[in-house]
Amino acid sequence: MRRNLSFTLNGAPASAEVEGEATLLTVLRADLGVFGARFGCGLGQCGACAVLVDGRVEAACTLSAASVEGRAVTTVEGLGTPEQPHPLQAAFLELQAGQCGYCLSGILVGAKALLDANPAPSRTEIAQALDWHLCRCGVHNRILDAVALAARRMREAAA
Amino acid sequence: MIPANLQANPRLDRWVGFETEGRVRVAFGKTENGQGVQTALAQMAAGELGVAFSRLDIAEPATELVPDEGTTFGSISIETSGAAIRAACAEVRALVLAAAAAKLGCAVGELDVLDGAVVRAGTPTGETYWTLAGAVDLTRAPTGEAPLRGAAALAVVGDSEPRVDLPPKLFGAAFLHDLVLPGMVHARVLRQPGRQARLLGLDEAAIRSAAGEEVDIVVDGAFAAVLCGREADAERAIAAAAASARWENAPDVAPGLSEAQTLKTLPSEVFTAGAAEPEPSNRRRHQASYGKPYLAHGSMGPSCGVALFEAGRLTVWTHNQALYPLRRTIARVLGLDPDAIEVRHVQGPGCYGHNGADDAAVDAATLAVRRPGRPVRVQWRREDEFAWAPVGTAMAFDIAGELDPSGRLVDYTAEVWTGPQTSRGHTLAEAALPGDIPPAPPLFPPPPPGAPRFSAGLFNALPTYDIAATRTVEHVIAEPPVRTSSLRGVGGPPNIFASEGFVDELAEIAGQDPLAYRLAMLSDPRGRAVLERVGQMSDWPRRWETGTGRGLGISYDRHRSHGARCAVAAEVDVDAQVRLVKLWCAVDGGLIVNPDGAKNQLEGGVVMAASWTLKEQVKLGGPGIASTTWDDYPILRFSEVPPIEVELLNAREAPAYGLGEISQGGTMAAIANAVAHALGARIRELPLTRDKIAAALLAG
Repeated sequence: MRRNLSFTLNGAPASAEVEGEATLLTVLRADLGVFGARFGCGLGQCGACAVLVDGRVEAACTLSAASVEGRAVTTVEGLGTPEQPHPLQAAFLELQAGQCGYCLSGILVGAKALLDANPAPSRTEIAQALDWHLCRCGVHNRILDAVALAARRMREAAA
Repeated sequence: MIPANLQANPRLDRWVGFETEGRVRVAFGKTENGQGVQTALAQMAAGELGVAFSRLDIAEPATELVPDEGTTFGSISIETSGAAIRAACAEVRALVLAAAAAKLGCAVGELDVLDGAVVRAGTPTGETYWTLAGAVDLTRAPTGEAPLRGAAALAVVGDSEPRVDLPPKLFGAAFLHDLVLPGMVHARVLRQPGRQARLLGLDEAAIRSAAGEEVDIVVDGAFAAVLCGREADAERAIAAAAASARWENAPDVAPGLSEAQTLKTLPSEVFTAGAAEPEPSNRRRHQASYGKPYLAHGSMGPSCGVALFEAGRLTVWTHNQALYPLRRTIARVLGLDPDAIEVRHVQGPGCYGHNGADDAAVDAATLAVRRPGRPVRVQWRREDEFAWAPVGTAMAFDIAGELDPSGRLVDYTAEVWTGPQTSRGHTLAEAALPGDIPPAPPLFPPPPPGAPRFSAGLFNALPTYDIAATRTVEHVIAEPPVRTSSLRGVGGPPNIFASEGFVDELAEIAGQDPLAYRLAMLSDPRGRAVLERVGQMSDWPRRWETGTGRGLGISYDRHRSHGARCAVAAEVDVDAQVRLVKLWCAVDGGLIVNPDGAKNQLEGGVVMAASWTLKEQVKLGGPGIASTTWDDYPILRFSEVPPIEVELLNAREAPAYGLGEISQGGTMAAIANAVAHALGARIRELPLTRDKIAAALLAG
């Protein structure tokens, strides 16, 4: 029942022996030791496990691992590092856009997908793009501000 | 006077140390749960010691590393732990300065500390905390004589230091849920459906068929669990176990008990306090009933616990709010010596009170002692967290007020029905395990001799205005249909929702503006200031006639009647449902240690309370709780959160009041008052859903 799965994870080749029914979240956390995508609900309802698959936001907790064969998966670890943060991570830190932080890696990944598609989103567009993601601490406004700040910085850097 | 937490943990080296050149070790017993408490307490320590904030190494709380400061709760960490850490640091500074004076042959008064260096008239003396560390005995107890720096001299206090706990959470592994220990096994616990339920049997063959032959099945009384090397196998095993478990005496809770007013039908103990009943008079009297349903903590991450039992010692990793209390609980439930247990805190998702974190830790500990030598990790599922973590109790309120001829409120009666506001120290496992486990601490401990009765169900039951006669009647329901415990603010926010809604009704009866009506019975100048300020922030004079579909509401309270003062205004649009237009919040929390952190906490409280007010209700049914997914228990989303303005008043004025649970009650009341203004009809039962709006309009 186990089969070899090969895909690209945060820009590098990754492979694992996986059960046929395994979810991508299980493979990331249990087999590959990549913990940025978090377990929140297991039903795709909260966004804590969000990852990008070929640039599209997906709930890793319900996505079959087999479906990412040969594709490119990005988790929050693929955005940046503490030494070289992605502009989104830098903006979240600058505006202290977080409390407990459990929702943030999913939100950062969701925001990256938005900015890749729309470099100058309005506040309403950011809120709509992130609407799937739940945040219980109530940091929504700071998160919207941080995404807007990162978008501005990225536009300036590209100009 | 020596602060209580320092008295209880008198060795100064439990709090501060200079073991590494140029670094200062500081340790607090309060846990970081995303509220920024570590950063704020460290700022107070840095200010009192006279060292740069960046020199601090903050110990992650573990029972072997930090003082016992009980539970992190009630927005009191800055007051209680802050007082202790400041006093401890002042004692340490005084000891070091005395040693420096002796060495330098000068008076102590000539010396001060500047970024860890002892200076005399502003000039370095060559001595520092680190050169003198060997010359002072930090194992000693405080004298109570060391002078504190004035608030103004606490240079680091009042700066918005970035949170020390936040950066790791943005780059990957950061939480207890991400902890991997060598040889760790993954466990899932089969939850007992109610404390009386007996487990008749499990189909072990079905479990092995689902999860493989290696699954380890633990059954002890009504406590059953599965352990597997791989987490995915444990998931399949627990699903098979739940499907095949046969129970006796599982309750079947009537869904109707989800409604707050049904508390009035349950057995209760009654406590009265305050003024005698008013004499019959011809004063205008008004009565109304309010209700707030059971609420879930709604932590973003289901709870997790890890434990290892080895050579007679138990180590537990937890993300709860109460390390030493958890150690005592585990010792009681498992019959261990507390000194044989070490509890270590690891960051976790926000819990906002007593959620499933403690139970997950006890689950792991229970399994670890039965399977020594390997770390056991218990991860709750989302449906476990919703169904089996304690919930914030429903509350019902009957309020009566009497007005003098001018319309002023002169007599106020709050009658409150509440389940337990806290059941910390009570665990799920102990009801399921066999044997004689010593009883949990009482849900309603008697007050110390001579002290008045204390009940979190009465926090803010009386509005904080100048009212000639007030009284409370509290109905305490010891056994509500579902397990309840502390949720952010406990009884305070629901009481504020009810009382500040009622005050709005009185203003309407008196024919007065709600803001002016409140100010006319509020003599406390700092209370008036926040109320007036929120009036300015919200441009209150523009307030329009009632019943237009657009509403502006206001609220005022003082936390537990003696803490921070908070005023909130809300603007809403109401058609079929409520849309939040904008919220304003003005707070006088006294000395603010970290203004940005304070605003983050206050705004977060506003959002959570808005969510409670508009959307949230735990639905009962079956063995307890029927709402076990985010679809069943919706919370406020990004597109629904309005702009929010928060202002801090008197931020340099000592003392420092806690702020973590200050803004919710006012937010609930201001939104409900705004909705009443919009509709021209008042909804007194939360949440303010589409159905309730339709019903209120029909009744109106």
